[in-house]
Amino acid sequence: MSAIALREIEGRSAGYYGLLAGLGLIMLLGLGSAYTMEEHGHVVTGMDNQIVWGMPHVFAVFLIVAASGALNVASIASVFGKTEYKPLSPLSGLLALALLAGGLMVLVLDLGRPDRLVVAMTHYNFKSIFAWNVFLYNGFFVIVGAYLWAMMDYTGTRYVRAAGMAAFLWRLILTTGTGSIFGFLAARQAYDSALLAPMFIVFSLAYGTAIFLLTLIAACRGAGRELGDALLKRLRGLLAVFVAASLYFVAVFHVTNLYITQHDGFERFLLLEGGVHTFLFWTVQVGIGGAAPLVLLLHPALNARRGALVLASALVVIGGLAQMYVTIIGGQAYPLVLFPGMQETSGFYDGQVHGYAPSLPETMLGLSGIAVALLIVAVSVKMLRFLPERLADTAGEH
Amino acid sequence: MSDVNRGRRQFIGWGAAALGGLTLAPGVMLFAPAQARAPEEAASSRVRWGLLIDTTQCDGCTACIEACRRENHVAAPSRKTDPQWIRKVELKDLRSGKTHSAPVMCQHCEHPPCVDVCPTGASFKRADGIVLVDRHICIGCRYCMMACPYKARSFVHEALTDQNPDVPRGKGCVESCTLCVHRVDRGRNPACVEACAAAGRNAIVFGDLNDPNSEIAKRVATYASTQIRADLGLNPGVRYQGI
Repeated sequence: MSAIALREIEGRSAGYYGLLAGLGLIMLLGLGSAYTMEEHGHVVTGMDNQIVWGMPHVFAVFLIVAASGALNVASIASVFGKTEYKPLSPLSGLLALALLAGGLMVLVLDLGRPDRLVVAMTHYNFKSIFAWNVFLYNGFFVIVGAYLWAMMDYTGTRYVRAAGMAAFLWRLILTTGTGSIFGFLAARQAYDSALLAPMFIVFSLAYGTAIFLLTLIAACRGAGRELGDALLKRLRGLLAVFVAASLYFVAVFHVTNLYITQHDGFERFLLLEGGVHTFLFWTVQVGIGGAAPLVLLLHPALNARRGALVLASALVVIGGLAQMYVTIIGGQAYPLVLFPGMQETSGFYDGQVHGYAPSLPETMLGLSGIAVALLIVAVSVKMLRFLPERLADTAGEH
Repeated sequence: MSDVNRGRRQFIGWGAAALGGLTLAPGVMLFAPAQARAPEEAASSRVRWGLLIDTTQCDGCTACIEACRRENHVAAPSRKTDPQWIRKVELKDLRSGKTHSAPVMCQHCEHPPCVDVCPTGASFKRADGIVLVDRHICIGCRYCMMACPYKARSFVHEALTDQNPDVPRGKGCVESCTLCVHRVDRGRNPACVEACAAAGRNAIVFGDLNDPNSEIAKRVATYASTQIRADLGLNPGVRYQGI
């Protein structure tokens, strides 16, 4: 196989500058929102003492989970030896770092005291999964950064496999950590499950692959680079497997909960009576984000069309955001049970489902995480050689 | 004024001071230090502070809540974002219809989940069992609020004014019942306990669960008491009698 050259994009078109301007504007609006939240306090958000994690967490956790999944393509090449994915590995690593950076920015700016970030970096309680995650996130930057160097600098070639393996193992641990943030919450009926860690890993495979596909197709189209169908066909198959596996984990999670009588209340809430959460679960997460992409990816009449692949990927992202909303907000909306077998009421909203109406600033902050991730990718592909010159079906063949 | 008169006035002044001292001294010097620690003395794990709440003596009265607000300068809540350190949870048994009214605050667990999950160690448990938030290193991540089974913690959503210097609070940090640690360290009862007694109910008993001679330890040893979410195995320092 001959080498496929990677080259910077030209990045001088009006479209490119328009993209930068648009993303930059969203980023600025997000930073302005964070400033408003810092200045006035979280009273300007829809969060309160019942729904303590809101829209910023929905976006931040989605981006962090997707980040580890975006590394899939590079892992397939370096760890599993599928050389046909190799030209895409640098973009895969870059996207992983960019998504993580976007997610972490949102997470940090949603803190009550973001000015104390240095405290979070210098004071550790090692029993806290949050503290572990600080190491896992920082480690991810270091390891994937080293992996990118090994892939992109000819002096690093011999380290590619080792760095790729390290990054692969690290991303598995990282997403285990992210899932465990919720899995370790024993008191809340919506969480309290070891299944959340592997389920988040499977989600990450789907979300990361979908975002990678969207980025790749958009970048090749924008930069006028050829992109053959053969590689996309493989990625389409992978995405279908990941989406199906995600649905499987979701089904096992809820069936298990239904079997455990003390979780019946939460399941009845989420699956039947939860209003917006029930809608988001069945219609958006399962229907739009799960079943519809599977049809688009697998139906013989559709699966040859690139448009169907793009649509399926976009639906997986939308379904993923709905999944995070249902998991994070829905999980808090269902009231904590203090006295099982008793009806509870209080001036602190005990015993009742908690409503949540996200405000503009917190939603803007969340969206700006996506904008920052894409901005990092857009600027990086112009500065460094991340994107293959051509990925036509004949490219790379003898 | 003559020298004689001045001497007499001084004598009366000293006498009044001495009399006042004799009157106040037992209160200040003799009774209070029986429980209070010297400022330089660290909290000891020999002590386990706790509360026993007898719900049979508790009805719709809110004296404990009002006393807590006054003591800690927590404003009466008007919005869902307003902090609540103590609340009355009205309970109704779904089978028998029996009702209870239970004050619920931080349960000062032996194994507090809020302390486990706190990334910086801002949530901590003192040696004497009181669970607190170090406002200097709380970053406002609110993970403790997610982890607390009792919904005991509140986040400060906006700037505060009129603070009690003994009870520092701040926008962007998490807070909860401190068991009136500033009073306990001076040998006084928590404000809610004092107010409940003043209201004639005596439904809340404060004391050292480790001291077999304390009223709270005797009552816990004599009567059946319950812990909220005992299934979680957190061994809270707050017990309920009558539920």
